Amino acid sequence: MKTTNVSLVGVGGQGILLTSDILAKTAALAGLDVKKSEIHGMAQRGGSVISQVRFGEKVYSPIIPEGTSDLLVSFDRLEALRWRHLLAPEGRALINNMYLTPITVSSGQQPAVPDLAARLEAEYPQALYIDAMTLAKAVGNTRAMNMVFAGALSTLTPFGVEVWKQAMRERISAKLIDINIKAFDAGRNAVKG
Amino acid sequence: MSQKILLSANEAVAWAACKAGCAVASAYPGTPSTEIMENVAKFKDSINCEWAVNEKVAMEVAIGASIAGARALTAMKHVGLNVAMDPLMTYTYVGANGGFVVVTADDPGMHSSQNEQDNRTLVKFARAALFEPSDSQEAFDMVIAAFEVSETYQVPAFVRLTTRTSHTSTVVDVGDGFGPGKVDRKPYVKDIKRYIPVPMFARPQRLKAQERTEALRAFACGTPFNRVEAGDKRLGIITSGVTYQYVKEVFPEFSVLKLGFSNPLPFELIKTFAASVDRVLVIEELDPFIEDQVRALGVPVVAHTTELNMLEMNAVRLTALRKEILGDVELPAVRRTDEGLPTRPPVLCAGCSHRGVFYTLAKLGATVTGDIGCYTLGAFPPLNAMDTTICMGASIGNVFGMEKAGMKGRLCAVLGDSTFFHSGMTGILNVLYNGGTITTVVLDNRITGMTGHQDNPGSGKTLCGEPAPVTDIGEVAKAMGFKRVVKVDAYDLAALERVLKEELDSGEPSVVIAGGPCRIAAKLTNAGTYEVDAAACKACGACFKLGCPAIERGEAVADGKRFKSHIDPVQCSGCDLCRQTCKFNAIKKIR
Ligand SMILES: Cc1ncc(C[n+]2csc(CCOP(=O)(O)OP(=O)(O)O)c2C)c(N)n1
Ligand code: SF4
Ligand code: SF4
Repeated sequence: MKTTNVSLVGVGGQGILLTSDILAKTAALAGLDVKKSEIHGMAQRGGSVISQVRFGEKVYSPIIPEGTSDLLVSFDRLEALRWRHLLAPEGRALINNMYLTPITVSSGQQPAVPDLAARLEAEYPQALYIDAMTLAKAVGNTRAMNMVFAGALSTLTPFGVEVWKQAMRERISAKLIDINIKAFDAGRNAVKG
Repeated sequence: MSQKILLSANEAVAWAACKAGCAVASAYPGTPSTEIMENVAKFKDSINCEWAVNEKVAMEVAIGASIAGARALTAMKHVGLNVAMDPLMTYTYVGANGGFVVVTADDPGMHSSQNEQDNRTLVKFARAALFEPSDSQEAFDMVIAAFEVSETYQVPAFVRLTTRTSHTSTVVDVGDGFGPGKVDRKPYVKDIKRYIPVPMFARPQRLKAQERTEALRAFACGTPFNRVEAGDKRLGIITSGVTYQYVKEVFPEFSVLKLGFSNPLPFELIKTFAASVDRVLVIEELDPFIEDQVRALGVPVVAHTTELNMLEMNAVRLTALRKEILGDVELPAVRRTDEGLPTRPPVLCAGCSHRGVFYTLAKLGATVTGDIGCYTLGAFPPLNAMDTTICMGASIGNVFGMEKAGMKGRLCAVLGDSTFFHSGMTGILNVLYNGGTITTVVLDNRITGMTGHQDNPGSGKTLCGEPAPVTDIGEVAKAMGFKRVVKVDAYDLAALERVLKEELDSGEPSVVIAGGPCRIAAKLTNAGTYEVDAAACKACGACFKLGCPAIERGEAVADGKRFKSHIDPVQCSGCDLCRQTCKFNAIKKIR
């Protein structure tokens, strides 16, 4: 079995690290070797965030070599472009239809990308888009956006839905688990149709 | 039943300390090491643990516990070891009594550090033992082994993590019936020949330390942590730490000598390995620590031009190496990075209490020596209010040196509360004693923000959440003899300007304490919301100078040359600073 590489990217505060934690746990529960690597520190103050998960029979390197991610999971449209060098030529992008304006743009220090949609389309013709925020609002908790996105991501992994949910139960407090499972289902169904 | 869990190496160190019967642990936070002590605190029933005020003190507390015969651990980021070297360099002569383990977390590539020093050199310098785990399981096993080695050889035992082990979660088997280990304490016997290394006692200890190194070298040749993975013998690769993982990925078919115990190096094992392969290649992250020693043994090592001794290792760099020396691979076709995208630099949080101080110092045209913490972000546009940052506590000595060198103008040092307790106190005392006139501003947000909000002597709580005395920084300065000690509300721009101007121009040494809680630690991120009245906004740009991430460009005026401001209600935390910058009363509190 070839090692599967998943890069999760976005902006600090979007819940990326919880999502990658749950993906890693799911892979471990499925009996696979897994490594999850992330960058803390300065990156947290509203900066770009990246977490990488690799799973397979035996995983060596904790980080994913450039150009070899099977999946690029971006919580933000602009970040999906920023990290494009991680994705393998035949890799797939899952993109949250959300755009957080970088402070460099909102403060006028740097120009915005005028043709973001066109550039995303050109870069990732096969990308899967999901409106995780809208769906999270629909289930009644915007903070569960990351689990909506995890639900969408689950459809692109070899793991059964019950394994995912078990990982979630191990990681999320009893108080918040129900709403998060609902969010997960919403994301999953949005992709499955 | 054995228990398998996903742990980062930092977590694994804590679990291992518990299992090894560690009794005392002390650390000062620093990325990427911080989670070690945060997780040790989960085992507080068996490990007496604390946040020390700095790494030197942490090391000294652990040494004291070791002298008392208990197993003790200290952990720090790589630069923390610089601070703690003094006690280490002598305890290594004295020799550990109870098992004494130091975890150093290095940061190749400088993800969150000011340099990428390779602490293996310092461990060798200290004649200590060194383990280099390549994943969390090894971190777990090696910490347990390090306690044993430390006691057997009476040596400080290091475990060196790097960012990619510290912050990578991998599957760990923590063994059967996990729980706090029971170990017999070593007896403490008063022995001044051992514990008081005055010259006549230190000389024999120096010789003992040398003998110990050779004994450890023999251990290194036999330990299973140093193992040969036999493969194609046309190339033999010597490697250590997380680099082993990249080697297995890129050179899977070749013979490998994996060094999990790398100081002192197993010379005989290296020679035998070298003799068993056609060519020897040494691959390691950062300094040629192993390679230089292997060469000095007279073992020829494959030379190459691929640069590997700087910045973080990864599989792509090793693929480039393989292409150079074997010529049988190509680098993966990679999409170009997009250079044209707007960046997302880290910024002070919306409502951060540091912002007003920098805004004011910039306005006053002060020369500001800075320090290390969230507030280092005050150096960047639009605040642009910091000139230098060297290391923790350096701001004060630095600005005093500028004054001594004859620099004119408003000279000011800025540092945080945790940094003040870490190494700022001696700095201000030196200014006072030696007749300085500079101003020291302490940004007192009552938490160690940058590293993820750890408690400190100003926060009123310990690592384990117990109540603690609150040390008042102003009283510390007064007790030293400072006449000018002023406290000011960090959210009151008028008061800040008045106080800072007065102190900077006073011609006397002074300490200003700008107080305001960290927005995140005090859970104030949703404390209120402000709004810009677009009709009243004159697009003067004054509030933009704060660099608050919640303040955005709004409607363009004057043919797009200027912009009204707009506040993102989601990001605004209601700190009130922007309202104070607006001469036209266009900014109002709405909640
Ligand atoms: C010797 C050393 N130890 C630890 C660190 C890691 N570190 C960076 S900033 C910081 C603390 C900053 O806290 P504080 O001074 O209170 O400022 P804040 O981040 O709260 O603004 C620490 C511990 C370091 N850079 N150097
Ligand atoms: S974490 Fe606290 S100290 Fe750091 S930038 Fe945010 S509010 Fe300021
Ligand atoms: S009140 Fe103004 S300066 Fe403070 S957080 Fe809100 S927008 Fe930023």
